[in-house]
Amino acid sequence: MTRLRQTPSQTVGPYFAYALTPEAYGYAAIAGNRPVTAETPGRHLVIEGRVLDGAGDPVEDALVEIWQADARGRYADAPGGGSADFVGFARCGTDAEGRFRFETVKPGRVPGPDGRLMAPHIHVCLTARGLLNHLFTRIYFEDEAEANAADPILSLVPESRRGTLIARRAHRHGALVYRFDIHLQGERETVFFEV
Amino acid sequence: MRSRIPFRPRDPASHPPMIHPDYRSTVLRGPTRPLVPVPQTLGDLTVPVYGHEAIGELDHDLTRNAARNGEPIGERIVVAGRVLDEEGRPVRRTLVEIWQANAAGRYVHRRDQHHAPLDPNFHGAGRCLTDEEGWYRFVTVRPGPYPWRNHANAWRPSHIHFSLFGPAFVTRLVTQMYFPGDPLLAHDPIFQAVPAAARERLVARFDLELTRPEFATGYRFDIVLRGPAETPVEAGR
Ligand SMILES: [Fe+3]
Repeated sequence: MTRLRQTPSQTVGPYFAYALTPEAYGYAAIAGNRPVTAETPGRHLVIEGRVLDGAGDPVEDALVEIWQADARGRYADAPGGGSADFVGFARCGTDAEGRFRFETVKPGRVPGPDGRLMAPHIHVCLTARGLLNHLFTRIYFEDEAEANAADPILSLVPESRRGTLIARRAHRHGALVYRFDIHLQGERETVFFEV
Repeated sequence: MRSRIPFRPRDPASHPPMIHPDYRSTVLRGPTRPLVPVPQTLGDLTVPVYGHEAIGELDHDLTRNAARNGEPIGERIVVAGRVLDEEGRPVRRTLVEIWQANAAGRYVHRRDQHHAPLDPNFHGAGRCLTDEEGWYRFVTVRPGPYPWRNHANAWRPSHIHFSLFGPAFVTRLVTQMYFPGDPLLAHDPIFQAVPAAARERLVARFDLELTRPEFATGYRFDIVLRGPAETPVEAGR
């Protein structure tokens, strides 16, 4: 049988907000920037960062989407598999400074390709004006050095570039905050995956 | 845990490059280093599932979902099609989100400064779930072309933006649908960034069967997402 050919990708353009992150436009959002509630079990944390272009300028019209397991390492993908307290998916559009922010819980460890547990990580899909194709990357956590060192996906990334995938723990009164900047180009260009 | 089927790779002959200098914004935004190939793991093979409770009754009908004191101005159209995988199988109950300019080529978005009129009865966003055969269906008005600053006298052809998840996080697709015979297609660097042989897949076709008498003309736009790889494997347990 002949296979059908994939529909080509196109940029999300600059005007997606009123459809995809539409709270400010009076249209209900399918997903906000909190994939959890205050009651969700697990270590609550904030992930914040900026999306920057090859000149180091903020990308003010990017859409950052995250998809993650809950604190026990389970994805909320099956119908009814998630719960009111955990959807695992969130969206945030960047602001004029290129900033995005998620409030979530630290994901648990999930089995990798060989059955061994991977380091805690969050899947990221990034799209923006000027990106003709969306990009996949992953957020790992600085304070999981041992698990990160054994992670089967991180180990496929040249060592000199692994740091681009590690969210840095920041100290902020009361809240556990991780900083994860996404560099589309340049010396610190984030690792994006062919997956 | 149930077995997970990996997906075929993105087909480089179908998708545009990351950097296409005629589309100026790509020059500083498209990554310059090769993507790092990695196997698909559980988070790649799963995806958020939305049910009908996530979708408002009028979400699919852009001629009514923001109506305040009348109907939006413009040529009413039905846009419908099937979401399929590369094997031709329907992608069921998947979320399809769209957004577009109004008939005058103006977006509701705050950063759209094009001095064409806003339409008090048109917002321009919609969403629906595909049915058991992979069908989605929207009622809307035909969007107008609009100018942008990419190059001198640059105009985007009429288009509707689409966002889909499909059966897994890796099958995500963000694309745009165009209209047949639009003279602006030949001059649009975003459309032209797609390999020549694949461009026609972004152009809807007029469809008399979707056309509703005395109401709206119909356009058919099928969407093909990455299909399953040949060998199902057990991913995670
Ligand atoms: Fe547009």
